[in-house]
Parts: sequence; structure tokens; C-alpha cells
Amino acid sequence: MNTRNRWTLSALALVAAAGVAHADVKIGFSAPLSGPVAAVGQDQYDGFMLALEARGGKLGGQPAQVLREDDQLKPELGNQIARKFVDRDKVDAIVGLGFSNVLMASLPRIVESGTVAIATNAGPSVLAGKGCVPNVFSVAWQNDGSAEAMGKYAQDTGYKRVYLMAPNYQAGKDYIGGFKRFYKGEVVDEVYTQVNQPDYSAEIAQLQAAAPDAVFVFYPGGMGVNFVKQFSQAGLSKKLPLLSAFTVDGTTLPSLRDAAVGTVSGAVWDVALTTQGNREFIDSFTTKYGRAPSAYAAVGYDAANLLDIAVRKVGGNTSDKAAFAAAVRTAGSELQSLRGPFRFNHNNLPIQNYYAFQTVSEGGRITAKLMGTPLPEHQDAYAAQCKPR
Amino acid sequence: MTFSLLLAQLLNGLQYGVLLFLLAAGLTLVFGIMSFVNLAHGSLYMLGAYAVAVVTGATGSFALGALAALATGTVVGMLLESVAVSRLYRRDHLDHVLATFGLVLFFNEVTRMIWGPQPLFVALPEGLSGTIEIFGFTYPAYRFLIIAVGLAVAVGSSWLIHRTRVGMLVRAGSVNPQMVGALGVNIRLLNAMLFALGAALAALAGAMAAPILSVQSGMGEPVLITTLVVIVIGGIGSVSGAFYAAIIVGLTDTLGRTYLPLLMREFASRDIANAAGPALASMLVYLLMAVVLAVRPQGLFPAHKG
Repeated sequence: MNTRNRWTLSALALVAAAGVAHADVKIGFSAPLSGPVAAVGQDQYDGFMLALEARGGKLGGQPAQVLREDDQLKPELGNQIARKFVDRDKVDAIVGLGFSNVLMASLPRIVESGTVAIATNAGPSVLAGKGCVPNVFSVAWQNDGSAEAMGKYAQDTGYKRVYLMAPNYQAGKDYIGGFKRFYKGEVVDEVYTQVNQPDYSAEIAQLQAAAPDAVFVFYPGGMGVNFVKQFSQAGLSKKLPLLSAFTVDGTTLPSLRDAAVGTVSGAVWDVALTTQGNREFIDSFTTKYGRAPSAYAAVGYDAANLLDIAVRKVGGNTSDKAAFAAAVRTAGSELQSLRGPFRFNHNNLPIQNYYAFQTVSEGGRITAKLMGTPLPEHQDAYAAQCKPR
Repeated sequence: MTFSLLLAQLLNGLQYGVLLFLLAAGLTLVFGIMSFVNLAHGSLYMLGAYAVAVVTGATGSFALGALAALATGTVVGMLLESVAVSRLYRRDHLDHVLATFGLVLFFNEVTRMIWGPQPLFVALPEGLSGTIEIFGFTYPAYRFLIIAVGLAVAVGSSWLIHRTRVGMLVRAGSVNPQMVGALGVNIRLLNAMLFALGAALAALAGAMAAPILSVQSGMGEPVLITTLVVIVIGGIGSVSGAFYAAIIVGLTDTLGRTYLPLLMREFASRDIANAAGPALASMLVYLLMAVVLAVRPQGLFPAHKG
């Protein structure tokens, strides 16, 4: 339905229902849907659509229309997609927004337009701190959170000497920084490897020689599969505790299987959680898509439910963008998140639990076990820098 | 401990080197003899890895998986040669790059459509999933298989090129293909065979790498770049050059990654070494290539002199 028709219909509806606008809710969804991290984007989209379907294709009682775009993990493409959603499609909300670098590139037009945007995969420190804006949310996490949880876990477990590894780019440094914020013991070494490095045998030999108490790594996507496989093949998984963030997760576990057993991950969600609605979510996702959901899928699912509450709050009238953004903020506190306690901080990033999960083998089935909640209802370290404007 | 660590790193470098050689052998032959730039070589590597994942997953036998990968490489290589590549020999190098880049996109998308974006699982072959103790150091047993297969292929290809009639034609073809054609040799058939052989070796490399790497769409591209470095250093068209260069690149990369950041800490603060060390280490093979190109543009071990 094009914009003019929509307005005509809205006007008619306005007359008919005396003041209640019944326009469709239009959502622009963007994520990396091709290339090496396509699994991450696909899970977010599938999770979002699952929740939407459970609500009969409606958000807040209004029929919802979802436009899908693939950002290919390219910032310039993310920027174009955001412009298209805002200027051409005139969407009510943008959901997804991909990885931190893509999100940051998409921001200028979104901030300018005031359109509500809900990130489902990134929460860069800039957005959480100095660069916070009223209409941009992250329903996922602040990037450092999972690493901070692992730092706290290492500290609480009593590891004296820890070895740290990450790819040599901004996010890698942020995760190592996040870990060290809560870990006070000795850091034996910090190793930064090439981005998308396939083979870690040299680094694993160095690591073995250093003989630390534990290792913490951040290797997202295929890098994580490579590292964990090789770590386990070198016979280290039995001797050396491996802590990680975004390395062993729902998207990589099927290709790791036994190699991942024993590893501990910091995350906001995994299948082991017994939160309300989680069992139903896992079952319906598995039935519909033929694979187990990941944290990305859970966040996508939460995003749809968040929008449902927010649209209901404004009575389907999303044209006042500031009011809609405020509704999303308060909707956060009402959201029955799959992850447990959830609300938005004043910087529009979540205050939520960061858990420690261990990958275990139960009767031949590889699954996750909850080890504890190192950071309950945790707010990020940057919120104080976010000044209301 | 330092000695055994160095030994482990040398083994790592050797293993990476032979894997690169499996890829470089086919690429250098196709480039050197047919003067054809094949960017889709990485896709054949990926198809080999997928073949192992699928067949090993279904039968439980890694050997069958590796055979399936060889067969896949050969068949896809022959198909590619007759459908696309043979039509492009006479065209410009830019056309080769364009066409084979298109093939890369095609193969990546096809694997994603069939198997989805998630990486596939590949089990280690039965009996090689353990580790071997060397001077108090544990080393994955499977990596020795990679080294053994790589060395066997190196010996086999050396024999093929230097001791057989086909090898003689290949060597002659790399110097003067027109003359070989004029002497009544079916150069088209020779080309097709060579292309299929190169494809099979690439698929074998993918098969050997599958249990240690993430098998997913697009896995062939990063390794292709290093392979191109190898054939440039070794001398285009030279299989023995590809072997030596692959070992040199494998060792340079591994030892550089390991010792350069440590070395830099001797001269600079830890923070600077941590930032600059890995960056410099990742540039090392390209620096090596630049030096070789400046000093010996024909490569270190060219196929023919003059």
C-alpha cells in the first residue's frame, strides 16, 4: 500500500471511527543476512517473525508489515538502508541494525528523523554514553556486558592467572577491556590475532606454554568455531578452563558439538534459562525452523514483543515520534523478556542479567547449563556519560 | 620448554605450508600454463570441505569423505573448464577475474541456499582425535595427517611433472604452448586435465582443513589471497616453487605471529607492542612478497629461465 493510499484510508478511518487512526504498523528490519555472519542475522529475523506470527501478524493490535533488508555487514549499505526506511518507506520503527559498525553508520539519518530504532545485536559504548539519543534503543545488550560477566566469573571462581585473546579490531579491544573491568587477578598475556584468521595453532602453542589458570576469548562467528575446535584438538579443553563471549553460542554450537563441552560463556540468554515463556519459545522456534534458537533469536523475539506493548501504549498512533519513543522506553519495563528481569536504563540500553553458561553433554546431547549470574540486573559502565538532552 | 615450543611452532608452520601448497599447486599450474587467473580456486576448496562434511556426516568415514571431496573437485573442475573457463583462455586477464569472481559469488550463494548460513560439523577421523606428546608438549595427532598428505602430494606431483610424459608436455606447455600445439599435442585436453587436477587438489586441501576449520559459505576467499602470495613468491607456473614458497610462507606467518609481538616488547612498551606486533605480523607475508617482487620479479623458483 503506498503512502497516499494509506493516508486516504487513515483519513477515512479517522472520520469513521471518530479520532482513532487504524494505519498499519510498518517495520523496517535490517540485519546481515548473507556472508559469514548470516546465521546471526537470520536468527534475529526468525525470532522477530516468530513473535509476530504468535500475535497473528499484529503489533499492538494493528496489522504489521515488515520490510526486510540485508546489510551484508557493510556500514555504507546500513546507512543506505536506514535512509531508505526513513525517507522512502516511512517506517514507524527500524529494528535490527546489525553489528556495531553498521549501526553507527546508520545512525545520522535515524537521529535526524527521530524515527524509533531498536538495535537487536549491538550496543556500542558511544551509543550508551556520550552519543545516547532518545529515539535509538538497544534491546540486546551493551557490548561489554558478556565480557564483564566473564571477568566477574573468573574473579569469583578464583582464577589467579588468566590469558586473554581477541581479534585485532575495536570490538576485540572492547571485550578485553570489559573483562579486565571486573577481573582483578594477573593477566598473563593479551593476544590480538588477525580478523578472520582461520588457524590458531601458533597462538594455542604459546598459550599452552604460558600455562595460565584460565583463558578468556572473544571470537565471534567462524573465528570462534576455528578457535574452539583447534583448542579442543590440542587436548587443552580438559586441562584449561575456556571462558568466552559470543564464541560458543546457538549459531556455532551445532558445528562444534563435543569440542565445546566444558567451555563457559557469558551471555544474556541460553536454552538453559527457566524464565517465563522460555520453554514455549524454544519449542515453537525449533518446530518452525528445525534448529535450536540462539540468544540472537531470543532478542529478536523480545524486540517484537516490546514493539507490541509500545504500539498498544500509543493506541496505534505512531505519528508522534517522540511520544512513540517514550512509549518504547516505558514498554521496556513491562516486557516479559525471555532473558529474565529487563528494563531500559536512561541511556536506552538494557538493565538485565548477564549469566554464565557452561556447555555440557547430557546423554549425548550437547546443551547449556546455567552456572550462575555473575552480573544480576547490571547496568553498563557508560550510562553515567549519557546526559539527557 | 622453549625448545619444544619452537618445535611445535615449526610443525605448525610446516602444516600450514603444506596446506597452502595443496591449493597453490593447482593455481600455479593453471596460471602459469594456461595464463588463466582463477579466483574460483577458493570455491573448489570450499566445495571439498562441504563434500567431506556431508559424506563423513552420512557415512561416518573420513576416508570416504576425502575421496568424495577429490571426486567433487575433479568433476566440478571438469565442468567448470568445459562450460566457462575454456571459453575464456583467449580473453584478457580482466575478463578472467570478472568471470571467476562471478563464480565465487555463485558458489558461495549456492552453498548457503543448500546448507544454510550456519557452519557445518565435521568430526575428526577416528583414531586421530587424540594428541601426541612431543618433549612434554601436546600436539594434535590429526595435524600430522595433514603434513603427511601434503608431503605425499608434493612428492607425487614432482614425479608427475619431472618423470612422466604428461609432465614433460606440461613443462613444455608452460614455456611455449603454441609450439606444443603445433607438434600435434591436444593442448585443449591437456588443459582440461590440468584444470581438473588443480581443482581436485584444492578440494583435497578443503577436505583436510575441514575438521580443524569452520566449514561455511565463503571460507575459500581468505585462504585464496595467501595462496596468490605463495605462487607469486614461488614463481608462477612452477610446482616445486609453489612447494618451497608455501613452506616459506607457512613458517614466516606462523613464526612471525608468534615471535614478532614478543620481540617488539623488548623495544617498546607492552601496549604499543600489543597494538603494533599483530598488525606487523599480519603484514609479514605481504612484505616478503613485495621484497621478492622487487628483487626477483620472476619468483624465487621460476619454472623456466629466461
